[in-house]
Amino acid sequence: MSAPALFGLLLTGGRSTRMKRDKARLEYAGRPQLDRAMELIAPLVSRAFVSVRAEQQDDPQRTAYETIADLRHDLGPLGGIQAAFHAHPSNAWLVMACDLPFLDAATVRYLIQRRDASRLATAYRSAANGLPEPLCAIYEPSSRASLEAWIAQGMNCPRKWMMKGDVELLDLPNAHALDNVNTANEYLAASATLGTSGATRGATSGGANGGMSDAPLRRVSVRYFALLREQAGRGSEALATAARTPQELYEQLQRDRGLQLAPRFLRVAINDEFGDWQQPLADGDTVAFLPPVAGG
Amino acid sequence: MNRFSLLETPLEPPRLVEALRHPSCGGYATFEGAVRNHNEGRQVLRLEYEAFVPLALREGERILAEAQSRFGLERAFCAHRVGLLEIGDLAVWVGVGAAHRGEAFDACRYIIDHIKHSVPIWKKEYYTDGDSGWVNCEQCAAAHSAHTAHSEHS
Repeated sequence: MSAPALFGLLLTGGRSTRMKRDKARLEYAGRPQLDRAMELIAPLVSRAFVSVRAEQQDDPQRTAYETIADLRHDLGPLGGIQAAFHAHPSNAWLVMACDLPFLDAATVRYLIQRRDASRLATAYRSAANGLPEPLCAIYEPSSRASLEAWIAQGMNCPRKWMMKGDVELLDLPNAHALDNVNTANEYLAASATLGTSGATRGATSGGANGGMSDAPLRRVSVRYFALLREQAGRGSEALATAARTPQELYEQLQRDRGLQLAPRFLRVAINDEFGDWQQPLADGDTVAFLPPVAGG
Repeated sequence: MNRFSLLETPLEPPRLVEALRHPSCGGYATFEGAVRNHNEGRQVLRLEYEAFVPLALREGERILAEAQSRFGLERAFCAHRVGLLEIGDLAVWVGVGAAHRGEAFDACRYIIDHIKHSVPIWKKEYYTDGDSGWVNCEQCAAAHSAHTAHSEHS
């Protein structure tokens, strides 16, 4: 038996309470994120839809595509998924949030390749905390009843549903493909990496110049813990850097973020493994600087 | 069941012990680490643990696998709390099962020592005087600024 045909659903109904701007309209590399995301999904699915709130049904940017309006206004992303299954109950849904500017075709294709249609859903584990990422995931038709039961219990968190359900979980091939953008500062960091104007490189370029400088910049994620997290004033960030090694990156962050711990007290982790201060950084790496530990 | 786990909920030794039981074990040893109300002369109100989860899980597993082969253990588990803990709460639990008591005692000690030394978990102490600090970090920050001040003056 072949797996049910896959439809795509881009969630754009979020209220952007922290960003205070419609995330679908935010531009990266000169293109609104809604268009970038639909271009990413459309070639990979049989039909691609934009999920909207009822009051967004006349928005011309959204109606350039096929839309599906929420049936209920109080369910957040789960309401979009519910409406999609209501409209097309026999299809599986590739569901994607509209605030994932780093999401690349390779990550979506890998999800589709590794899809397990015998389970309720297939999703990635968060690179940050290991929990399921419900908003870049494939929901099988068999999940509908379980999701409706979840909603009927008064629940609306799809991540918690995934943590309880029969869900295939995959490790991300690119650790920060699902870094999302919730605040104006995160948007500034992401757009610096991806570029904001049409003058920047094409979306398929592997480089991370962002059109900003002639120096070869690498796109990296940095994670901060404990005292360093407090000194940096954030738990993580995405940035484009000319640093070639963790040592150079840390020197830059000591200046830019006011980090007060000397490197001799720290350990380095690259892509969730202990690493070396002199290890060359690659585009897409996630780097963490670890203060002295104190478990037990 | 993973040998090493990070939990946001209270540790329950009776349930944890159940996973240790095995017919070939003649000796079990467990260690319970609790939050105490003082450290280095200061009165502690509560603690907060933070972990770098994927690396902590991997490093914890590595330590338990190493202990299991080194001491020939039938069973080895460790559970560590993250989040806010009050005085008396259990922060860490280690349990091992071996054929004989000697390996059990030694392995339990080996595991807790290595967990404290190398798993990326951090502890913040909140003191009765309203101050707070990250254990093992603040003195590094102090040493760093002293070092900086020294080089600026020389």
